[in-house]
Amino acid sequence: MKEQERNQEIKDLTKKKYEFGFVTNIESESLPPGLNEDTIRAISKIKNEPQFMLEWRLDAYAKWLKMSEPSWANVKYPPIDYQDIIYYSAPKQDKDKPQSLDEVDPELLATYEKLGIPLHERAALAGVAVDAVFDSVSVATTFKDTLAKHGVIFSSFSEAVHNHPELIEKYLGSVVPTTDNFFAALNAAVFSDGSFVYIPEGVRCPMELSTYFRINSLNTGQFERTLVIADKGSYVSYLEGCTAPMRDENQLHAAVVELVALDDAQIKYSTVQNWYPGDIDGKGGIYNFVTKRGKCAGKRSKISWTQVETGSAITWKYPSCILQGDDSIGEFYSVAVTNNHQQADTGTKMIHLGKNTKSTIISKGISAGKSQNTYRGLVRVNPKAINARNYSQCDSLLMTDECGAHTFPTMQIKNNSAQIEHEATTAKIGEEQMFYCQQRGLSEEEAVSLIVSGFCDEVFKELPMEFAVEAKKLLEVSLEGAVG
Amino acid sequence: MLKITDLYAQVDGYEILKGINLDVKAGEVHAIMGPNGSGKSTLSNVIAGREVFDVTAGNIFFQGEDISKLSVEERAAKGIFLSFQYPVEIPGVKNTVFLRAALNAQRKLQGEEELDTAEFLRLVKEKAKLVGLKPELLSRSVNDGFSGGEKKRNEILQMAVLNPSLAILDETDSGLDIDALKTVAEGVNGLRSSDRAIIVITHYQRLLDYIVPDHVHVLSGGKIIKSGDRSLALELEQKGYGWLTGAAQGEVTLPSV
Repeated sequence: MKEQERNQEIKDLTKKKYEFGFVTNIESESLPPGLNEDTIRAISKIKNEPQFMLEWRLDAYAKWLKMSEPSWANVKYPPIDYQDIIYYSAPKQDKDKPQSLDEVDPELLATYEKLGIPLHERAALAGVAVDAVFDSVSVATTFKDTLAKHGVIFSSFSEAVHNHPELIEKYLGSVVPTTDNFFAALNAAVFSDGSFVYIPEGVRCPMELSTYFRINSLNTGQFERTLVIADKGSYVSYLEGCTAPMRDENQLHAAVVELVALDDAQIKYSTVQNWYPGDIDGKGGIYNFVTKRGKCAGKRSKISWTQVETGSAITWKYPSCILQGDDSIGEFYSVAVTNNHQQADTGTKMIHLGKNTKSTIISKGISAGKSQNTYRGLVRVNPKAINARNYSQCDSLLMTDECGAHTFPTMQIKNNSAQIEHEATTAKIGEEQMFYCQQRGLSEEEAVSLIVSGFCDEVFKELPMEFAVEAKKLLEVSLEGAVG
Repeated sequence: MLKITDLYAQVDGYEILKGINLDVKAGEVHAIMGPNGSGKSTLSNVIAGREVFDVTAGNIFFQGEDISKLSVEERAAKGIFLSFQYPVEIPGVKNTVFLRAALNAQRKLQGEEELDTAEFLRLVKEKAKLVGLKPELLSRSVNDGFSGGEKKRNEILQMAVLNPSLAILDETDSGLDIDALKTVAEGVNGLRSSDRAIIVITHYQRLLDYIVPDHVHVLSGGKIIKSGDRSLALELEQKGYGWLTGAAQGEVTLPSV
């Protein structure tokens, strides 16, 4: 009995560390669990979509039925019952979507307040516009008017389908086709909302854009889609954050992000992923199976991915760049932290098609507890891609004797003019380093946090300032008591 | 200041220290000499509280208090500083950030206010000049890509900033050329004072030409086998350790680096 109590206490303590594990009590409208053509028709109908969208979804669904779940990743989980998932759940609201923030349910506003993302523009972070996605729908988008003055379109995906169908029809699926992979096909069939961004020619987006994803409802999968189009000579920096309540059941998050950069355009896409990782015994947590890809379609365009992955029970994610335009640049900066029983299989693909294309990959994996952390990457240089250059660096840091770090870099170089460099290191957080720090007066926690943030420095430097601070804090929380 | 009585310590089941007695008073400089493998570095690590070493018997008193049970950082905050034989690299952590975090952690443990950035930078620049550390090294990662000499100077800089009551210099002379040795020694001598004690651990007497000790101890086989004044070091230089340990003389004149 006593031991049980103590175990419970330990559990509670470890649970406490996930700050965003609360549930919002809000009435929601959901479709019954299960997936068939009717589910898809229902979603499309709720969203009042044009015919082309429904057809696109049904086509994706038909393809998905013939596909099988990928099994090559270095992760283990029990089979997912796709008929047991709720594919659409949204906070109940009167008839139409609220037209202004004043009409948004106060419970929802309070939720985002609690998450540190105030949606009222007067309280919001200066210089950051937010699209807040709650379960299956976007509940609010801030600073829309300010952005509109610059011609920037920033709205929920659903709104964009109505207001800018020509852009959606042109670009949807142009980077991640429905047949790309099992989860991308599923997303195409059932995705319910997400964010849409269009930056017009020559515009430097005047503020950071950001989407905050929140899963709230039980047994609900979140399938959102983000589409960012940067027209010629434009620039945008986009941030993405995510959290979910603590539940004993696993929940599926299968998102798709597509980026398109035209001539001389630049997209900087940063993610701080903090989905509920499950408890100390590996119970619960989000399955984060996400397809993110950017196409440097134009000459001299540039796409830069920065991700800090600390949450999720399982992460399966490879933000990639297709370097189609001549002289285009792709970058991938990643910190992936796993603790307890978390599993991460993450990395990137850099596909060099155009001439003089350049890519950089900096991946930092930190494993603690009994977790498994895998880097998987592909650098492909096609026959016509002359003078391609890639630099890859994959570093792993081990915190305990029970965790694992794995690196699977693949290179397919089909043009002799390519210059490819790859460096990789694996180190255990050293007793010597710890002793050195502690001899100078730092506590164990301070020493770990200092060593780890030093290890991640090259990636944190790429994050916008306020995100970098958050990422450092998150890292400390994720790794509390992690040295073994 | 430091009193060690009948100290035994082991690592991985191997007994390395076999009954050390040492009494270091404020204002004194003690040199601990001895052949390789005699337990010199172990002794300095054990005083600092490194956990991989098990103290199996004996006591360590620092300023009258038994510190045997204190953690590494608690001992550091009480004023024990160890200059490492092989200073550790911490990539990605700026030298000044590290030193400021260390100083403020110690101040916090002692119940003092933290130093603000401006005050700290003034202090660190002044001390860097004193120990002859190139200013650009302050904004580089801790010891990352530093030369052997730069690492040792950086240790002395940390010591000057942290201002300990007891400084233990573990083989500070190894890897230094004569000019670097002189500046490092000047830095150390600048920190000699009546309320501070310094323990210099060295294989060679060379360093003691510049940091002149009050007492010299010879450590061999985990015990202090002879103590004396400075003349003992000079005698050792002439005769080698074999004279005391009974080993062949040639063995101990091999360089340790």
